[in-house]
Amino acid sequence: MRVDSRFRFDNYVVGSANRLAVSAAHAVAESPGAVYNPLFIFSSSGLGKTHLLGAIGNLALQRAPELAVEYVVLDDFVQQQHAAIAAGELESFKQRYSGVDVLLLDDVQFLRGRRETQSEILRLLNALHGDGRQIVMTGDRPPAEIPEVDARLLSRLSGGLIVDIGPPDYETRAAILYARCEERNITCAAGVIDELARVEFSNVRELQGALNRLVTHQSVEGTLTPSQVRAIVGIPAPAPPKPRTSVETDEFFSFLTDIASAVAAHVEPWKVQVGEAIAYWGGEGYRTAVLERLMSQSSPPPNYEALLRGFGQAVEQLRELEQQVAAVDPQLGGDERFRDPERLTEVMTFVEHALAGAVPPGGPQPAFGRALFEESSSNQMAVRAADAVIAEPGHRYNPLFLVGPSGVGKTHLLNAIGNELASRNGRSGRVACVGAQLFIDELIAALEEGAVDRFRARYRSADALLIDDIQFVAGKERTQEELFLIFNHFHSGGKQLVFASDTSPKDIAGLEERLRSRFEGGLIAEVGLPDRALREKLFARFLADADLDAASGLATHLADRPSTSVREMMGTVQRLRAGAESAAGPMTIAIAKRVLQPSGVTPTVAPLMVRQAADSFFLDDEKIVWEWPDVTGRIVEELR
Amino acid sequence: MSLVNYATREITCKIVYYGPGRSGKTTNLHYIYSQVPEDRRGNMVSLATQTDRTLFFDFLPLDLGSISGFTTKFQLYTVPGQVYYQTTRRLVLQGADGVVFVADSQARQREENIESFQDLHANLSEQGVDPRSMPLVVQYNKQDLPKDLILPVSELSDAINFRGVSEYSADALHGPGVFETLRGISEIVLRRLSAGGSSGAASSAVSR
Repeated sequence: MRVDSRFRFDNYVVGSANRLAVSAAHAVAESPGAVYNPLFIFSSSGLGKTHLLGAIGNLALQRAPELAVEYVVLDDFVQQQHAAIAAGELESFKQRYSGVDVLLLDDVQFLRGRRETQSEILRLLNALHGDGRQIVMTGDRPPAEIPEVDARLLSRLSGGLIVDIGPPDYETRAAILYARCEERNITCAAGVIDELARVEFSNVRELQGALNRLVTHQSVEGTLTPSQVRAIVGIPAPAPPKPRTSVETDEFFSFLTDIASAVAAHVEPWKVQVGEAIAYWGGEGYRTAVLERLMSQSSPPPNYEALLRGFGQAVEQLRELEQQVAAVDPQLGGDERFRDPERLTEVMTFVEHALAGAVPPGGPQPAFGRALFEESSSNQMAVRAADAVIAEPGHRYNPLFLVGPSGVGKTHLLNAIGNELASRNGRSGRVACVGAQLFIDELIAALEEGAVDRFRARYRSADALLIDDIQFVAGKERTQEELFLIFNHFHSGGKQLVFASDTSPKDIAGLEERLRSRFEGGLIAEVGLPDRALREKLFARFLADADLDAASGLATHLADRPSTSVREMMGTVQRLRAGAESAAGPMTIAIAKRVLQPSGVTPTVAPLMVRQAADSFFLDDEKIVWEWPDVTGRIVEELR
Repeated sequence: MSLVNYATREITCKIVYYGPGRSGKTTNLHYIYSQVPEDRRGNMVSLATQTDRTLFFDFLPLDLGSISGFTTKFQLYTVPGQVYYQTTRRLVLQGADGVVFVADSQARQREENIESFQDLHANLSEQGVDPRSMPLVVQYNKQDLPKDLILPVSELSDAINFRGVSEYSADALHGPGVFETLRGISEIVLRRLSAGGSSGAASSAVSR
């Protein structure tokens, strides 16, 4: 039988009583065989089972017109079966139903007692279900309540989803009536439909019948008023609700009133407050033993409000401490101690220790100020880059990679950047400034303790990371891996990275490619050997710092001397100073010449033997003694 | 037994109707049940024999709604009065917040009343409850019977109420005295809230 096209979802009024059934039906129609198979809908008569069944068929067909959808009332099915048996065409009957994609079987309660039909249905259900085809059935009761049904069939019927449709509530009734009126172009006086909806019809058919009566009356008698509705429909108005005046009920309410006043008198407000606090903090996961002890007191403690406030504050403190610790070492964050306000002091010391053991790695050395770093053409690029980094950490050159030979001020510049960043971010700004060797040592220690997480967290907690002598990580795989992770954390977080090395990344042997490329991804800035201008500036400052009277022109004189590093220049000044002190006079160019000239040095320190040798064997390689017994002698050798 | 749970804002009272067999404990509950609006009462559970004698116990939950912000629930129980249900009586008595002793006013039941009252005290002591600390009221039921069958309240009081607790005369079948008794015990039970009787309950409720 074909599905009645009037039965659709869009003209099916959904209310609280049938919402579940409708949504199940919709799901089935949208994907037959996939969900709720079989779907069994039951309700008393006239509540829309057949409509819903039809709606499933129509929607399924609309979505997939090629589907074979068969709607059949069980009684018709039985008759077809009997006819087929009589005509000897049972096989073709069976085949006809076996090819159905969606079988809609109405009024299955008629299965009662029909053995041969039951076995045929069972066979059919098994066949269809096995092929993933959809079966939807309706009945006036749940499968289990249909009498005389074979147990196997019963289990098939109940195997999918069983939903019921209840009698419509007032809103649904009203919606149905309005929908019908619209469908049939009926207009009624205001309030008539509402009045009709108020009548509690147990099913929709009766409701529609009543509407029909109303419409007929209206066509004869003209427009009706709400007051006439019940008379026409033949249902008396409900008796006004009985006021509750009986003495018996009053007895309960007077009892209730007394209990209420007793409760109000005895439930103490302070306990309510404390109880609320216990419930709240308990729910937040904090231990509330201290409040519970409070509760056990018979009279309100005079300071209970202060105690409650204190508890709240303690919890706040615990939270802050927990956050602090979690930032350093996430593993410590979940510690149970953070849940007990009574152990606050214990927690405070615990956190102190944890933080002390895991303060972010060392900061920059304050001695290396940015102002003390002299700029010149040899280091101009590096200094400019450093200033850019200081101005906008993490934005311009990230990472900044300082390259230069030993003793030209890489460490100074690195620390200067660190100092500036630290002061720029205020106290909270944490700048990690370490030597690569320290980084490696700490990692090894962390690995030994099994606290690599803490190691990482410590470094990650910093806002900027500056590592000196990064060339030391070469060949150390584990260190490079950690460095890689930390690098990525900083880089992706927009936090500044600065490295210093005596070798440019591409020349560091044993540096992993992933790190090399990352180092090169920022700016590689060269710090060159100090040029003359820089040397003069530096000497002037060193001399001033040495706090001795220096003859004018001394700095210029010293700057004329070639120098391979700033450290060497500092050594020169130290020697001048020693010379000046021994001469108990100011530092003069003469002293400088005497102290720094090799000829000036040699007579005072070289052994007698060297002097003689220098005279006679000056040009003879074979007669030079290469292995000098002490260092002072070696200086002479170098001068050769 | 949790009486007041400040954390969940609940008050739960377990009141046990105690007394000799056929004194009218179940009748008390039936009367209360009949007076409570449907939405306030749960199903009354009654496990009775075929002759309507309480076999195990009766249980009537009463939902008094929200009082001072507390969801208030009363649980009314009766014990089986017959002597041989001793174990059940003890079981039902467990965790009681208050006891109503329903005495049979008939003269011939005098000894049974006394015996049952002593039984109550013995059972409470056995559970480690000091009978003197347990809220208790006494109801002299069946006061509607002909005067020649029953003892006057004063005489019953002398015989049973040696503790001098609140006493009520009642006709549980028809109602007089039933709610007075319930109100009496409820007030005593609730009064214990302020006496710190609820502390253990509250803290145990939280630590659960």
